[in-house]
Amino acid sequence: MIQFDKVSKRYPGGYEALVNVTLRIERGELVVLRGHSGAGKSTLLKLLPVLERPTSGRVLISDQDVSRLPQSAIPYLRRSLGLVTQDSRLLYDRNVYDNVILPLILADMPARDAKARVRAALERVGLAEHERSMPISLSGGEQQRVAIARAIVNRPSILIADEPTANLDAAYAQDIANLFRDYNEAGVTMIIATHDERLFADRAPRRIELSKGRLVTE
Amino acid sequence: MTRWLALHGLALTRSVQRLAHTPLGTVLSVLVVAIALVLPALGYVLADSVARLAQGLSGRPEISLFMAVGADKAQVAAVEKALRAEDAVAGLRFVAREDALKQLASGAGLGELAQTLGENPLPDAFIVTPRSDAPAEFERLSSAFRNLPGVAHVQLDTAWVQRLAAVVSLVHTAVGALAGLLGAALVIVTFNTIRLQILTQRHEIGVSLLLGATQQWVRRPFLWFGALQGALGGLTAWGLLLGILALMRGPATQLAESYGIPLELSGPDLLGVLALIGFAALLGWLGAALSVRRHLHAAGERGDG
Repeated sequence: MIQFDKVSKRYPGGYEALVNVTLRIERGELVVLRGHSGAGKSTLLKLLPVLERPTSGRVLISDQDVSRLPQSAIPYLRRSLGLVTQDSRLLYDRNVYDNVILPLILADMPARDAKARVRAALERVGLAEHERSMPISLSGGEQQRVAIARAIVNRPSILIADEPTANLDAAYAQDIANLFRDYNEAGVTMIIATHDERLFADRAPRRIELSKGRLVTE
Repeated sequence: MTRWLALHGLALTRSVQRLAHTPLGTVLSVLVVAIALVLPALGYVLADSVARLAQGLSGRPEISLFMAVGADKAQVAAVEKALRAEDAVAGLRFVAREDALKQLASGAGLGELAQTLGENPLPDAFIVTPRSDAPAEFERLSSAFRNLPGVAHVQLDTAWVQRLAAVVSLVHTAVGALAGLLGAALVIVTFNTIRLQILTQRHEIGVSLLLGATQQWVRRPFLWFGALQGALGGLTAWGLLLGILALMRGPATQLAESYGIPLELSGPDLLGVLALIGFAALLGWLGAALSVRRHLHAAGERGDG
């Protein structure tokens, strides 16, 4: 379903973030990306929503080479993916409901359907009672759950998370990991870059390790 | 089409919200736009009023030929024949010296003066209306008429009106140049306002692009914002213009009346007002478009801003 085919990425200035990475991820897999800081995990994840383009090689999602998508097609690709980043990247001048509904507004979903979707997503992350709260009034773990609700509200088939628990204490981190596990069990393909793979130990995920931009173990 | 309208409706709503969100900043920006617009608009209105005045005064430009006081009837007839033979002459009117004296006597306060004259000092005269209004043609005809036997003096009756028209034309050109400069200033003001907005909304833009917003979706509210700010500036400029004209009307009319000139200062008509507002909105949109094009990429066009 997802394929990295001899992918290399060199940033301006000569830094090689990825070197000849070839990798295939099947539908419904839970993949944990490991590696030290600067190993290339984030760069690899950024190639999927075309936040970066590879210097060489191909990145395929459902047999479509997304690395060569025209700029105008990228928004539509991003709407089909769920993205969770290390910082929750919420809009702090809008309440929880307005944050979560944003992807549905962008996708031009009718208001009634969108409302139901938002409520369901918030229910799923356990924040149904906080839909009118402002993000700043929530804890770090709750804010990250809002970000997850926003990522899943479009019902993506692929969820990409880059260090989603890095800023959270152990209890909150396990809480988030459990949420991801639940989505994966519901059939969503998950690719998670994390330093703490113990969070997903009970699911026996597929582990992929990068070092200096190279795939070292799988 | 419905979706397109809905998207523009949403963008317009967001623009109005942004304008309302910072009332002081909005008022200041709108005033800057209005002041930039009111100067050329005022210049145009004044020049237009004077132009209308000049038009009303001039009628068709004419040339007066005054015969020598001692010219006999044969000379007058010869000149009339020569004038009628001239293709460039559209109209000809003869004013006999007796009629000229009567006209002088009927003039306000001049009756007594005419009666005190021992003999008629006025000459016979021809009033010539040339076919062309071109100044060069006037000069050519004047020179030709001066050489006719018995003609003592040739006068371009409308020379001062022509000079006034030239001055009005010059003022129109200057107002046009001023409008161009201040229009550019308006574009720059909007450009900078939108630049600051993009900077302050950098995070929101980045998040929206990350979640699948198209570039058009992100740009649209800024374009509407620029157009709205321009339109509000145009509307305010109209109000300022009416206020300034109301202040000027009394003294200007008084000054004009002291010269016996019926000057009327009036603001732009409905079409003029709509043109002013539309022009301002267009310039605002242009400033916003240039700013968005220049700054959006830096603010996270790729979605990672």
